[in-house]
Amino acid sequence: MPEVLQAPLVVEFPFTRSLGPVQSAFLTGLRERVVLGVKTGDGRTLVPPVEYDPVTAEEIRDLVEVAPTGTVTTWAWNHEPRRGQPLGTPFAWVLVRFDGADTALLHALDAPGPDAVRTGMRVRIRWAEERTGAITDIACFEPYDGEPGQPGGHPGEFEDPLTGIVAPARLDYTYSPGRAQTAYIQALSAQRTVGERCPSCRKVYVPPRGACPTCGVATAEQVEVGPRGTVTTFCIVNIKARNLDIEVPYVYAHIALDGADLALHARIGGIPYDQVRMGLRVEPVWTEGARYPDHYRPTGEPDADYETYKELL
Amino acid sequence: MTSEGAPAAREIAVIAFAQTDHRRSTEESSEVEMLMPVLHEVLAQTGLRAADIGFTCSGSSDYLAGRAFSFTLALDGVGAWPPISESHVEMDGAWALYEAWTKLLTGDADTALVYSYGKSSPGSVRDVLTRQLDPYYVAPLWPDSIALAALQAQALIDAGHTDEPALAAVGARNRADATANPHAQLKGRLPHGDYVVRPLRTGDCPPVGDGAAAVILAAGERARELCERPAWIRGIDHRIEAHALGVRDLADSPSTRLAAQKAGAFERPVDMAELHAPFTAQEVILRRALRLGDDVRVNPSGGALAANPVMAAGLVRIGEAAARIHRGDSGRALAHATSGPCLQQNLVAVLEGDPR
Ligand SMILES: [Zn+2]
Repeated sequence: MPEVLQAPLVVEFPFTRSLGPVQSAFLTGLRERVVLGVKTGDGRTLVPPVEYDPVTAEEIRDLVEVAPTGTVTTWAWNHEPRRGQPLGTPFAWVLVRFDGADTALLHALDAPGPDAVRTGMRVRIRWAEERTGAITDIACFEPYDGEPGQPGGHPGEFEDPLTGIVAPARLDYTYSPGRAQTAYIQALSAQRTVGERCPSCRKVYVPPRGACPTCGVATAEQVEVGPRGTVTTFCIVNIKARNLDIEVPYVYAHIALDGADLALHARIGGIPYDQVRMGLRVEPVWTEGARYPDHYRPTGEPDADYETYKELL
Repeated sequence: MTSEGAPAAREIAVIAFAQTDHRRSTEESSEVEMLMPVLHEVLAQTGLRAADIGFTCSGSSDYLAGRAFSFTLALDGVGAWPPISESHVEMDGAWALYEAWTKLLTGDADTALVYSYGKSSPGSVRDVLTRQLDPYYVAPLWPDSIALAALQAQALIDAGHTDEPALAAVGARNRADATANPHAQLKGRLPHGDYVVRPLRTGDCPPVGDGAAAVILAAGERARELCERPAWIRGIDHRIEAHALGVRDLADSPSTRLAAQKAGAFERPVDMAELHAPFTAQEVILRRALRLGDDVRVNPSGGALAANPVMAAGLVRIGEAAARIHRGDSGRALAHATSGPCLQQNLVAVLEGDPR
């Protein structure tokens, strides 16, 4: 078996999220160096605050300021910080219960080593120099042996409250398409198109994915198809896609390559857009160094008879 | 489940189970290529063809695959033409099984195929799992799955319920038992290892790997026709806890206890349990929550510490428990699956064979 292809795949997404009144107050508060909790019906103070009581599911929005000092309720020493984590040097993950709060907040504790950390130790917030209204406005916690801080009695109302956050994320993968698609891509690099035949229904799938979706069995027998094919259906594209250097209108079509039982899709060129038709016989046009056909153009053959491709629509 | 005057619920059983060999990487296979042999095997055990199955439900995650709607490609392995009745959960396959169980309860189908799969090898599963966390307060800090499990382990140690040597023993017992499991990824004697995130060492953490599993469910007489000794689902329930970690007592698992109670786990003792505990400390927590004594055989398969294909490891627990009943090695078994950070969501099923 030829070596399976691999390529880096980066998935990045900036989720734009809106904030309700409670989350807005909490995150705006961090920007202003104020830590807010929310009171539940039974008088507990939740920090970080949520909009609904985790026990009763009642809506809650009675905000109350707590001190920027607190106590570690549990911890874990992270000697190898990973991308995106609060500190680049070894640190402790901690859950911290702020003075005046009944629940704990997850963050990082800057400490010289695991021997300097214990459950029950006292800590205080180290604020980030630039604050935008995010959980990372708390740069981290640091050990603190002074008196508990005093909350300022902030009512949780701000002049310029945040209404939303952008939560960026990035995940890195090494994508591998598996055996069947590797074979397809490798054949394409030699300007050949290969499909796979189902051992049960005998249909030839292109591109092959290693399974017959009708029979649910593995396909293995490789079959070369094309290069010529028949337009089975098409549409006329009138809106230019961003970063796409093709004049509109143009035609995008399903093309049943000769010998294949499934149509591929590709752009049709070399013919005015309004003359493309079902049954048109086409062939691929390769550009120098390309890894797949740039487009398909008419072969000049007579149109295919409808009966020959009606099963492939 | 049943109340006076209501018709008795249908009896539903796990009648077949198959799984892949779980491996660090299956880069030579696409998801469907990895999954298909398992689907064929589980069908072959019952003599059913795909077209005979009344309902199909799967579990997987786009974040593992790095692609949207990734489960639709895996459907090629099922044979979805002519059209089938199908559903998907973006969770471990144990929850897909729960959906299939409810479908069979309604009487809409007599058989169900449940499968799930996960390939962790293309990405970094520690980072991928951060994306299931609260996006406002937690995910921006990128606390990885081992970090959160380590916080839980420390809470358990602080509560006096375990210590590091006891955790090492949990890991060692699971990997020793896994030597009898041909599908396991990590087996035999392994050092407790270095800290990954203290107090968890490499030996306290699951292997990262790829794998798939499938089971078939059947109702009533259909189950008896297709399986010599069906594993009847006497009860199944799942519960969730508050998403904020700092609200929960991480040293306990009240959702597991409640799910077990609703599933009838405490009505009579079980003789074995398959617990989905990817981290050693979580097995300690689950044993306490489920009140499992030392006489209960826990994770004879080696559990998730020996093979943890994310999204399939919970379904594997149900399958392993059922397979022991099929073979006559167990009369009444408990299976547990978890999802989310620090045992946030828990599913418990109680399985029984017919009296012999
Ligand atoms: Zn076929």
